[in-house]
Amino acid sequence: MLKVIRDLLKYDGRFRIAFIFLIAVVVMIFLSFVSPYDPGKSFVVAMDAPPSLKHIFGTDSRGIDIFWWMTFAVRNSLVMGMITALISRVLAIFVGLIAGYRGGWLDRVLMSINDSFVVLPLLPILILLGFLLRDQMNLFLLGVILGFFGWPYDARLIRSQVLSLKERSFTRTAVYSGTNGFWITFNEHLPFVLPIVFATTINNLLWSIGMEVTLSVLGLSDLTTPSIGTALFWANQHGALVAGNWWWIAAPTLVAIVLFLGLYLLFASINEYIDPRTRLRLIGG
Amino acid sequence: MALLTVNGLCAYYRTEVYGISRTVRAVDGVSFELYPNEIYGVAGESSCGKTTLIKVISGNTKPPLKAISGSVDYNFGDYKVDMLQVSQEELRRNIRWKEISYVMQGSMSVLNPVRKIIKTFEDIIDTHERIRDKKKFLEEAQTHVNRLGLPTEVLNAYPHQLSGGMRQRVAIALATVFHPSLISADEPTTALDVVVQRGVLQMVKDIQSESHNTVLLVTHDMAVHANVADRVMIMYAGRIMEEAPTERIFNAPLHPYTQHLIRSLPMIGERSNKASLRGTPPNLANPPGGCRFHPRCPFVMDVCRTEIPELVLVRERHRVACHLVKEGSQ
Amino acid sequence: MRQFILRYLIPRFLQFLTIIFVGITVTFIIPRLSPTDPVEAQVSMMMARGESLDPQSVASMRAALTDMYGLSGSPIEQYFAFWGRLFRGDLGPSLANFPAPVSGMIGQAMPYTLSLLIPAVLISWVFGNLFGTWSSYYPKNKILSVVEVLGQAVRPIPYYIVAMVLLVVFAFFIPILPFSGAYDIGTRPSWTLDFILTYLQHSILPAATLILVGFGGWFIGMKSLTSNIISEDYVVYAETTGMKESKILSQYIMRNALLPQITGLAMSLGTVFSGALIMEVVFGFPGIGALTMAAVFRNDYSMIMGIAIYSIIGVAIAVFLMDLIYPLFDPRVRYQ
Repeated sequence: MLKVIRDLLKYDGRFRIAFIFLIAVVVMIFLSFVSPYDPGKSFVVAMDAPPSLKHIFGTDSRGIDIFWWMTFAVRNSLVMGMITALISRVLAIFVGLIAGYRGGWLDRVLMSINDSFVVLPLLPILILLGFLLRDQMNLFLLGVILGFFGWPYDARLIRSQVLSLKERSFTRTAVYSGTNGFWITFNEHLPFVLPIVFATTINNLLWSIGMEVTLSVLGLSDLTTPSIGTALFWANQHGALVAGNWWWIAAPTLVAIVLFLGLYLLFASINEYIDPRTRLRLIGG
Repeated sequence: MALLTVNGLCAYYRTEVYGISRTVRAVDGVSFELYPNEIYGVAGESSCGKTTLIKVISGNTKPPLKAISGSVDYNFGDYKVDMLQVSQEELRRNIRWKEISYVMQGSMSVLNPVRKIIKTFEDIIDTHERIRDKKKFLEEAQTHVNRLGLPTEVLNAYPHQLSGGMRQRVAIALATVFHPSLISADEPTTALDVVVQRGVLQMVKDIQSESHNTVLLVTHDMAVHANVADRVMIMYAGRIMEEAPTERIFNAPLHPYTQHLIRSLPMIGERSNKASLRGTPPNLANPPGGCRFHPRCPFVMDVCRTEIPELVLVRERHRVACHLVKEGSQ
Repeated sequence: MRQFILRYLIPRFLQFLTIIFVGITVTFIIPRLSPTDPVEAQVSMMMARGESLDPQSVASMRAALTDMYGLSGSPIEQYFAFWGRLFRGDLGPSLANFPAPVSGMIGQAMPYTLSLLIPAVLISWVFGNLFGTWSSYYPKNKILSVVEVLGQAVRPIPYYIVAMVLLVVFAFFIPILPFSGAYDIGTRPSWTLDFILTYLQHSILPAATLILVGFGGWFIGMKSLTSNIISEDYVVYAETTGMKESKILSQYIMRNALLPQITGLAMSLGTVFSGALIMEVVFGFPGIGALTMAAVFRNDYSMIMGIAIYSIIGVAIAVFLMDLIYPLFDPRVRYQ
């Protein structure tokens, strides 16, 4: 495992950048545990102060230090992302494995429903949900809801991996030699399926946190909890751009960009590392 | 006068990814000549370098494959070409398909799946000779495929509507459309059933006898060589082991590897047990020293492990690279 | 032909029906799972607005609202009534703009959304695929590498953030583009050149956001597809025949790589649609997105519901249309 990281660090520029970005994010998360300010309290520092040594990201119109608020924001957004990732992984693996192994009409029905979910325009539906659950909405609930919508794309990937594994000779050999089906799945196939699950988790994080940002900005989640999206929401509410508090918008935007780019580059470089065909392509010339 | 002279050709695959570099010496010091109006067979097991040789000869080297040293010289009568130095533009305009054409391994899938056959014809012909008269072109295409035993309907079909054998024959038809001086065919009969194989081979023979050009036929199937080739060259681990007229190869092979290949062919009436060679094919990234065949040779001597045997002429048109055989000794 | 209809058309049509079925059912279930009772919420809102009503009027209003929301009767009855109203195109009246029908308002806003969505999707798809193909055929090209990095950098960022960045840059720092509305204030929508020009000017930023974010995705997808195709036998073969590069690129590589991209385009319509909605919110474009935000703000439940339903049906139709177009490009589906 460590060797993989070392190789990637040495040879893949994208991984290096991703590594730096993500370390920054993790640092921010850890900092949230030692924050000198309570994110729930407002008007604790001077309002609308531009970035300085004392307040790295400046302060906002509510008298809150933006940097320390953002550390909580990052932590919350990521926690929510993890919840979504967990739920959707379980669903995706479940659906993907069943569809792949059983095949036949069950597979067709599952994939049909699966594709419907992929195609559905989620935002209107989520807005509907957000609207209805407004009072109860918090990040945890949002994470759960997103989890229930985030599985179809990955279920399909897992299923196609299972399909190709089923046809491989080592599977047939195991079946012919009388190995229990469950055992085959666990011992022989899982090592192939897990890397895909890992790679799709990153993709899923990207998607769910992106959704959170979007929904929060539209005012549809728990606005008292710090998150990257709610930061932008409050900035807009207080007319940050017009009032000239550009740092209030810039900070969450910057943090978001670092987080998303970091995740994406990680995803891309790991994907390429796993896929032998892209490795071959890198060789050309 | 030789059509093609290959001298000391070395072509390697060089790869470097995630810090691991590897050089595969697919063709390592190959020299031979091709003459007009013959069918020249290249035999050997998988990954002995046959396909790489064809690629380099027909100017299809793409990274990571590179010709490191040696020469590949063509003599098309009125003009000569150094294949290793010639420009891509020159290749494209005058040489490809007009003087040399290539029937690839797995010709089943060489046809663009979203285009009709006639369109593929058009694409290829239009590259070299502008098609002025559409109607005339259609007629000529029809005549050409008919002459090669294919029905006219083939032209209007999509590749997936044709069987594997038909697609192979279409590929050969495409390769011969300009009557090139050299046609290189890489495993044209693999993955075809025997009946279709015969059809394809017959087609190849007919084309050759009609246009008096040269066909370079690469296949591991010795039976195919026995059927069509005039001369056969045996390759092993990127080097030539033996080269002789077909009859000689089959009746009096001199190299132990060739002997083994011939002996392993089943023959009607024969009932003896077939023995297999010990060992495994060599790793071309790390080939054995000396004679590359020595780990598996039943007659191996000490000198074989350290010195590379030279390819020497032992008889008229018969060359062998083996320490057991001395030059001119036959 | 019959084979084609059987093997291809009918399954795709069934899929179309499935999408609608799943989507509408989800939309049906969601409100009924929520603890908020829209009827009560509506009634209390109206009372809070200071309209004093006697208990009898309130009761009859409750009944009317319940009926309108389709909440009368058992869940099964509600479900079927729901479908019934759908077929009649009746999505109920908008609560904020009572009694304007929801379908009417959506119909008015839809052209704005579509006029933003369709060109943006097409442009990002076409150029993403084009550049992606070039990028894998000419791997050493510096310009293409830069394009790739830029496309990749923008791709994971949520639409909203890209929109904000563009907004700030082009409306504040380099104030050359308007940052709100679909046309200059005071202009009346009409088919005059003036209107069209100001409309175009206002659509540049939202469209640009959509295009930028989408470009990277198509680029990378096409690049990986074409790099697999480049090593396919028929491409190598075409190269050995000395065919011109432009011909190989267009007829051999692109035409084959586009097939999965067309399917991908259909799959992505839902996402892009969501993106367009956000664009409208950020840039004040009077399309479905703006309608949605207004509805959320004013608790217009039936509007939100109607928009969700419309979006699902719209996307399902678009996907089905793409399914119909696909055989034109892939003869393997045409002639089984």
